[in-house]
Amino acid sequence: MKLRRLFLLLALPLAAQAQAVTDIQFWHSMTGALGDRVSNLAERFNKSQKDYRVVPVFKGNYDESMAAMIAATRAGNAPDIIQVFEVGTATMMAATDDGSGKKKSVVKPVYEVMAMGGEKFDPKSYVPAVSSYYTDSKGRMLSLPFNSSTPVFYYNKDAFKKAGLDPNKAPKTWDEVGIDAAKLKASGAACAFTTGWQSWVQLENFSAWHNVPFATRGNGFDGMDAKLVFNGPLQVKQIAMLADWHKKGWFTYGGRKNEPEAKFFSGECAMLTSSSAAYGNIAQNAKFAFVVSPLPYRAEVKGAPQNTIIGGASLWVMAGKKPAEYKGIAKFFTFLSRPEIQAEWHQQTGYLPITKAAYELTKKQGFYKTHPGTDVSVLQMTEKTPTANSRGIRLGNFVQIRDVIDEELEAVWSGKKTAKQALDDAVARGNELLRRFQMANR
Amino acid sequence: MEKRVRFRSRWLPYLLVAPQIAVTLLFFIWPAGQALWQSLLMQDAFGTNVQFVGLENFRDLFRDPLYLHSLQVTLLFSALVAVLGLGIALVLAVMADRVRIGAGLYKTLLIWPYAVAPALAGVLWLFMFNPDIGIVAYALQHGFGYHWDHLLNGGQALLLIVFAAVWKQVSYNFLFFLAGLQSIPKSLLEAAAIDGAGPVRRFFGITLPLLSPTLFFLLVVNMVYAFFDTFAIVDAATQGGPSQATETLVYKVFEDGFRGLDLGGSAAQSVVLMALVIALTVLQFKYVERRVQY
Amino acid sequence: MVEKRPWLDLFCHATLIAGVVALAFPVWLTFVASTLTAQQVLSVPMPLLPGGHLLENYAAVLAHGSANGSAAPVWRMMANSLVMALIIAVGKIAISIASAFAIVYFRFPLRNFFFWLIFVTLMLPVEVRIMPTYKVVADLGLLDSYAGLTLPLIASATATFLFRQFFLTVPDELAEAARIDGAGPLRFFFDILLPLSATNIAALFVILFIYGWNQYLWPLLVTTQESMYTAVIGIKRMIAGGDAATEWQLVMATAMLAMLPPVLVVVAMQRWFVKGLVETEK
Repeated sequence: MKLRRLFLLLALPLAAQAQAVTDIQFWHSMTGALGDRVSNLAERFNKSQKDYRVVPVFKGNYDESMAAMIAATRAGNAPDIIQVFEVGTATMMAATDDGSGKKKSVVKPVYEVMAMGGEKFDPKSYVPAVSSYYTDSKGRMLSLPFNSSTPVFYYNKDAFKKAGLDPNKAPKTWDEVGIDAAKLKASGAACAFTTGWQSWVQLENFSAWHNVPFATRGNGFDGMDAKLVFNGPLQVKQIAMLADWHKKGWFTYGGRKNEPEAKFFSGECAMLTSSSAAYGNIAQNAKFAFVVSPLPYRAEVKGAPQNTIIGGASLWVMAGKKPAEYKGIAKFFTFLSRPEIQAEWHQQTGYLPITKAAYELTKKQGFYKTHPGTDVSVLQMTEKTPTANSRGIRLGNFVQIRDVIDEELEAVWSGKKTAKQALDDAVARGNELLRRFQMANR
Repeated sequence: MEKRVRFRSRWLPYLLVAPQIAVTLLFFIWPAGQALWQSLLMQDAFGTNVQFVGLENFRDLFRDPLYLHSLQVTLLFSALVAVLGLGIALVLAVMADRVRIGAGLYKTLLIWPYAVAPALAGVLWLFMFNPDIGIVAYALQHGFGYHWDHLLNGGQALLLIVFAAVWKQVSYNFLFFLAGLQSIPKSLLEAAAIDGAGPVRRFFGITLPLLSPTLFFLLVVNMVYAFFDTFAIVDAATQGGPSQATETLVYKVFEDGFRGLDLGGSAAQSVVLMALVIALTVLQFKYVERRVQY
Repeated sequence: MVEKRPWLDLFCHATLIAGVVALAFPVWLTFVASTLTAQQVLSVPMPLLPGGHLLENYAAVLAHGSANGSAAPVWRMMANSLVMALIIAVGKIAISIASAFAIVYFRFPLRNFFFWLIFVTLMLPVEVRIMPTYKVVADLGLLDSYAGLTLPLIASATATFLFRQFFLTVPDELAEAARIDGAGPLRFFFDILLPLSATNIAALFVILFIYGWNQYLWPLLVTTQESMYTAVIGIKRMIAGGDAATEWQLVMATAMLAMLPPVLVVVAMQRWFVKGLVETEK
């Protein structure tokens, strides 16, 4: 009996201390080495203080983790932080607490979380083109950008040399790309050009880069009644050009996502437009010298290029948690936004630095000199201030709209439809999806 | 399906079915009912804004010309998978039953594909048929001059998923065919042989009829498999592309519901899909089971 | 084999070998890929004979978890898969054989209704009803537990259907004889029916074990601790989704390891198969 009482006395303070650590569930979709880095970040944060413990959990790919989060939320079991891909932004925003108390919301906007945590939070310290995607019409940040990338242009120096082209001269306009492609094909290359993420690069970013709208209402930022307009003359011209290249054998279609990157680093296609985050993959596998340069633009468009928009994911916070948890989350976000942390993340993964300070730090460290081309992505996003057409895209059911675009483009490449037909059909089908989203979220 | 002999008991049968019925009601009927009820609703992803819309989802569905296309793709795909899966497996099982040497080895090797997770199977086949680095695509190009590009050729894409699906199903069917074959009393076959019946006559006269209950089981199960469980393969290999050439009904359900988070729309599609498969199953029980010899 | 027909035997062997080659080829490729480096795997064409990195790759995969403290190690995930697979296989067989027995050998009201109620579970894929099922499991407080992982997957129409088919082929004389001897239904079941069902149970066990072993989506949803993850989740976690490089040789090595237990089950069941057969022949 005495032993028992002694044990209880000793155990009590331990129990009290155990209760003091607040667990923060962080669901993410980072696989392989990236997943390890996320775990590493969480570990470092946990070691740096003893009040909060971030528990990173891999929850499948972006689709699966989002569905898991929705199932959990519906059952009253939501995580604290969840990584959601950029196309899920509209869905998350529609469910966010806009402070008016009007509707039942399941998402807590980041600016509120930071305020609740008493953390210093200056939205202006974030790179505008990156944070604008996740900012509402009142300029308030709703989610924290985490892993963002933007499309850039890669080309094979050795193949250029073989074709008699100057390997240090990157093609700036699409016409120049066409001229280079002709020479590359003439020198015996299997294919001259390919593109990854065709919808994101050749339509969404293409529109922003040339300051033409992808959809009305500021690409959906200003209202759910937006309509798609990416079947404008400029976009049709671009797709028609690519279709022509495909017929000539200059452009080879490699898949909807990042599969085409393999065509580039295997040496098959000499030029590639794809995500800036592919740098690591390409560097590891390419057996030739390559260059990263800005995305080409169409010379006839005045004022081009504007700026590119991001892809990737951001961190959202769910509602209904205890104040202690929000404090911890705010602290974690501050940790993540620290210049040294962001600079390291940017340099190791190839994702964009989300704060200006991180970019400056990386520049100071001489990273861009030792890794030429890795600042192209940042420069593309910071040289001009975003316009209504280049802030980003906020459309409902965007996952399905991208699939529709992919399907219609495939019809163009396989010769079944003309560029105009395909884009018109994509717009029609996409608008249907937008109407359904609008109805469901009234 | 009538047996002459029955046991009499007031309470025993209920007790015997109780565990399965309980699990079925709790973990299937109840959630499935909710899922189907959602076909009459339109809601946002989180369920915070729910509206009753009656048959609106169904109307939207049938207005979509691509839905009919999806149905055609599914029927073609399922027919190919069932026929090839059952045919190849039956041939292999009959052969394996006949040989004595190495029977165990053949059996283990032929069941191995079933052990591969469906998602991984899709990836493996994609790997082999990848237009650039795939070993089979390479062989086709350099050996036969046949250009394989399932990224743009819809017919080839369909073939790819048929191969991947059949590959897994052959193992499954093989296992059950073999079990069925091995429970046929050897004495029957010996008697027929003594009477002068050759192997082919023995097969069609004795083996096949005695195998018919297994065959019926596998026919129904294969059809259900082709309609429902092939989602993972399509997702890993073609994602419904190119241009919806491999967009099966179940893939559409998953895309719209799970990825697109349109629960009302996907629930409506599930209702239609469920009705279709129930109809096919009832037809099979009514007309095909008649020819099964128990 | 009833009579000696050497040509037919040769034909059988030839067909079987062709079948094995066709079916085992993808698995062979997986094995070869697991012994190469990442660059070799992506080369055109990939070599068809094993390379020299077998030990290196498998060691990397097995040690991966412990090197990086937070991720669940491979053996832990395999253990979870094993528990899940065993519970599901045994559970499904147990409740299905009981239901099939009741449905075939008893006449009671609702008999047909129950059979179709069980059968209809095949008609709605799990992905569709996964969210409401999750809610039920959450409401019962079964998240992050083996019960939550396995119970919803135990209702099996396939097994019940198979047993029903089999029981219908069992000659009535056997049941008749049992009745005359004064044996009750349960004695008939345990002494006569169960032994006769041995081969079917063995086949089902293999199938259901593999089914439980390969579960991906449901465990992903229902667990929030990585320590409860299953082997297939581990594999998928290594296949990079976005732009990072997938280390294919490690993915293939993990896949090979994940395939091992099901194959062991097949081999083990085969011994049981043959034993059961020999007994019934007597």
